[in-house]
Amino acid sequence: MPRLPKGRRMSLISAQHISVAFGAANVLTDVSLAIDQSEIVTLIGPNGSGKSTLLRALLGIVPLASGQVQRAPDLRLGYVPQKLAIDRAMPMTVRRFLSLPQNVRDKDARAALARVGLAGQEGAQMAQLSGGQMQRAMLARALLTDPQILVLDEPTQGLDQQGEAAFYRLIEELRLETGAAVLMVSHDLHVVMAASDRVICLNGHICCQGAPHVVSSAPEYRALFGLGTQGALALYQHAHDHVHDGGHVPAGPAPTTGAKDAFGRSPTDPHYGHNHA
Amino acid sequence: MLDDFLIRAALAGIGLALATGPLGSFVVWRRMAYFGDATSHAAILGVALALALHLPIGIGTLIVALAMAGTVSTLAAKGWAMDTTLGVLAHSALAFGLVAISYVPNVRADLSSYLFGDILAVSRADLAFIWGGAALVLALLIWRWQRLLTATLSEDLAHASGINPSTERLTLTIALAVVVAVALKIVGALLIAAMLIIPAAAARALSRTPESMATIAAFIGAQACLGGLALSLWQDTPAGPSIITIAALIFAASAAFGRAAHK
Ligand SMILES: Nc1ncnc2c1ncn2[C@@H]1O[C@H](COP(=O)(O)OP(=O)(O)OP(=O)(O)O)[C@@H](O)[C@H]1O
Ligand SMILES: [Mg+2]
Repeated sequence: MPRLPKGRRMSLISAQHISVAFGAANVLTDVSLAIDQSEIVTLIGPNGSGKSTLLRALLGIVPLASGQVQRAPDLRLGYVPQKLAIDRAMPMTVRRFLSLPQNVRDKDARAALARVGLAGQEGAQMAQLSGGQMQRAMLARALLTDPQILVLDEPTQGLDQQGEAAFYRLIEELRLETGAAVLMVSHDLHVVMAASDRVICLNGHICCQGAPHVVSSAPEYRALFGLGTQGALALYQHAHDHVHDGGHVPAGPAPTTGAKDAFGRSPTDPHYGHNHA
Repeated sequence: MLDDFLIRAALAGIGLALATGPLGSFVVWRRMAYFGDATSHAAILGVALALALHLPIGIGTLIVALAMAGTVSTLAAKGWAMDTTLGVLAHSALAFGLVAISYVPNVRADLSSYLFGDILAVSRADLAFIWGGAALVLALLIWRWQRLLTATLSEDLAHASGINPSTERLTLTIALAVVVAVALKIVGALLIAAMLIIPAAAARALSRTPESMATIAAFIGAQACLGGLALSLWQDTPAGPSIITIAALIFAASAAFGRAAHK
């Protein structure tokens, strides 16, 4: 992956010490990160750990309690939210949806739909799409902005297996063609490890981050490999007791014996993962 | 040609429908029905204000409708339970307005024209006000159309595309206040919300895109005005309620058609 020398790196989006609170509840505390050109970064963490909130904070959707977010000037950004509820009161074809808010040509719309496996679905009503189809339509819309960065919140949820494989091929292709960066949330750890340049574990704060091979070379990771969706949780737990750097310098996970504990404790427990404090 | 009160009435109705079609569609998409009620009921208070201060009625209603629409969207943005709050505001605005207007001498006789409209008495000056207001609303909506649609579809997607949803909410708030001031003379404070919602709801079953829904809603609104005028002349019924009656009949027909088409 092309990288400019440190210090002259052009980050597309960066966050400096951001915190987000909903009412009295602190959802994110002191999170700093930077996404560079052509980088594929994956956020992992248990449910409710603030992954979606972090993306929304980076996009300016939720207000920051402190810290700041910087986006490159005139950044072209494609966003696929975790969920999009389209009210039946609003008639909206897939084709029309692709032209919001920027008009796109029929030819480009057709090509984007074909790319995400929705060829010929221009006339379908958005409100009647299945979950996976909706996901594909949102991805097509994001692609049509010719994005410098794609921000994807669990983009493969609801996709069938073929669709999921095709999705990861697609973002890899896209990076080769256009150099677009990808920041995504994912729960499927196997694929994350294979497809990301950098993995960030989040639980209200950044617990660890690093290149996947660093993370996955830990013996615990191999032990957890077959644990399916629990994997992300356990990985988080195993890396968590490690030193926090808070910045975007990759932190290598240290081997611990805490993996078993991950299944004994609930991620909704407010003290979960905060045993270092 | 404008000398004929019927022609003036028909033109007034068509002018109003051009604005209420697209705006009413947003009211339906955003589920703002009660918002329309609160704002239009406040118009009566505006009439009282105008009469007390010797302002033109249109200006008085515009000011009060703007204040009400602004209050409601501020409360909504602060996360108030909108259903109840809007109910309270809508009905109190009407009650306050009716009480306030009873203090103005010699107005009781005209009260029903403010409540139900008086389209057959539209003057040339009224017509200019109506078409001016409708053109303003239409221009505002067309100008911001893509942004309004995106923000209505999803505030998150809007944000991500660099659109500020609060600005678009303000746009609709202003448009609503102008439409209320424009519609008062035609269908009256009690039926303005109906003129917004019923044609748009009738258009829903017949449309596949937001643009077609807004256009069809404007067309249905215009038909309802013309049909209502005809009904009013023929049966000597009050014009405003006759217009809404025709709109409701069109809605029923469209709903039945939509159901049949989806079988
Ligand atoms: N708009 C909101 N208002 C209040 N609380 C919120 C809001 N959005 C998120 N939260 C809270 O913030 C916390 C983090 O939510 P978030 O959606 O970011 O989690 P997540 O990591 O994306 O979870 P998941 O894996 O289930 O998608 C949750 O406890 C949630 O209840
Ligand atoms: Mg989430």
